[in-house]
Amino acid sequence: MEGTDVNALFLAAEAETQNPLVPHLDELVIGLLAFAIVFGFLAKKLLPNINKVLDERREAIEGGIEKADAAKLEAESVLEQYKAQLAEARHEAARLRQEAQEQGAALILEMRAEGQRQREEIIAAGHTQIEADRKQAAQSLRQDVGKLATDLAGKLVGESLEDHARQSRTVDRFLADLEEKAGAAR
Amino acid sequence: MSADTTLAFDASCHIFSGCGFPAPGLHTFLYEPMFSVGGFDFTKPMLLALLATVVIVAFFWAAFNKPKLVPGKVQMVGEAGYDFVRRGIVYEIIGKKDGEKYVPLMVSLFFFVWMLNLWSIIPLAQFPVTSLIAFPAGLALIVYVVWVSLTFKKHGFVGAWKNITGYDKSLGWVMPLVVVIEFFSNLIIRPFTHAVRLFANMFAGHLLIVMFTIASWYLMNGIGIAYGTVSFVMVIVMTLFELFIQAVQAYVFVLLASSYIQGALAESH
Repeated sequence: MEGTDVNALFLAAEAETQNPLVPHLDELVIGLLAFAIVFGFLAKKLLPNINKVLDERREAIEGGIEKADAAKLEAESVLEQYKAQLAEARHEAARLRQEAQEQGAALILEMRAEGQRQREEIIAAGHTQIEADRKQAAQSLRQDVGKLATDLAGKLVGESLEDHARQSRTVDRFLADLEEKAGAAR
Repeated sequence: MSADTTLAFDASCHIFSGCGFPAPGLHTFLYEPMFSVGGFDFTKPMLLALLATVVIVAFFWAAFNKPKLVPGKVQMVGEAGYDFVRRGIVYEIIGKKDGEKYVPLMVSLFFFVWMLNLWSIIPLAQFPVTSLIAFPAGLALIVYVVWVSLTFKKHGFVGAWKNITGYDKSLGWVMPLVVVIEFFSNLIIRPFTHAVRLFANMFAGHLLIVMFTIASWYLMNGIGIAYGTVSFVMVIVMTLFELFIQAVQAYVFVLLASSYIQGALAESH
């Protein structure tokens, strides 16, 4: 109790002489010293440390973004290229199909023409053949008829018509008459 | 140190026991020296100031000594605090280009002031070191020296005086008045208010907490207990309020310091 009173008296006495707005020199020195230590550590070592890392981090993030941008650009260009190739391929396919169609049509036409031509050739050959056969038949018929007629006439007349020339003339005349009659009858 | 000297008042004093209210006063802010070396008295607030230095350096050492690209917890908290002062105050007030140089000063000031304030509500410490004018005055003095020397370096002798006094011919006949007012306001009143604003806030806050604490104890007798309870609730409320004020005052102190430097760098009007 007594000690407390003495202490309180001491402090009260001090308080009267002490203006709270007048700095105490010892406190000022300690305050400045304490702050100087804080400032020294932060300004000289710790803040430069963290600044370096913050810069590195920003670079890392920006680098990452740049990389992503580059990758995106590349992907886009590849896509573009791929699309162009696809379009080209489609175009090429369409062109080939068109060409094939055209070629097919031309081929069909050509074959048709060829077929026609061959048919006509075959027909023509047939005609020629028939004509030739007919002529040959007519020829052989004529000779046979002539011979038969001559033979018949010979038998009828009873003499051999040896004179060939005369015989031939007679037959020809006879046949001409025949043809003439046939022509008149037609 | 005996047990009673660590208390701000007589512990056996209660209401209705013939003992007057031991109101706190200026003596609340006086400490008997823990030891003296020559004429130098070492007191508890000084110890707290040095402990604040240790706490701050230890924290930032843990956070920033070996910083990593992907931060750990301590580094993350440190970065948040650092970024708050750097971006939230310095870049905002001075600008990124001119301000970068002053970031370490402002970061140190903010955390130093904050920690000195914070002792107010930390058990056993329970004293805001900044409620002793010497501590805010020292810090305000540093800021004062920085911005005044910066003004002279930036604008030359004549330009600096023009900057400080707000010399502007377009003001006409009011100019002499403006020059006188600005001179006193900037060069004499400014450092004073800078220091006193912080000091007075912490002084008043501490006084309130001590007042309600003493009252809670003093009223612990008979019907007084009911009032004492209310007083104790007020202690808790004031403690929470102080927690807020401590941060705000540290912020304001650094904000003003930044704005003084910004004014020194600005072109003279």
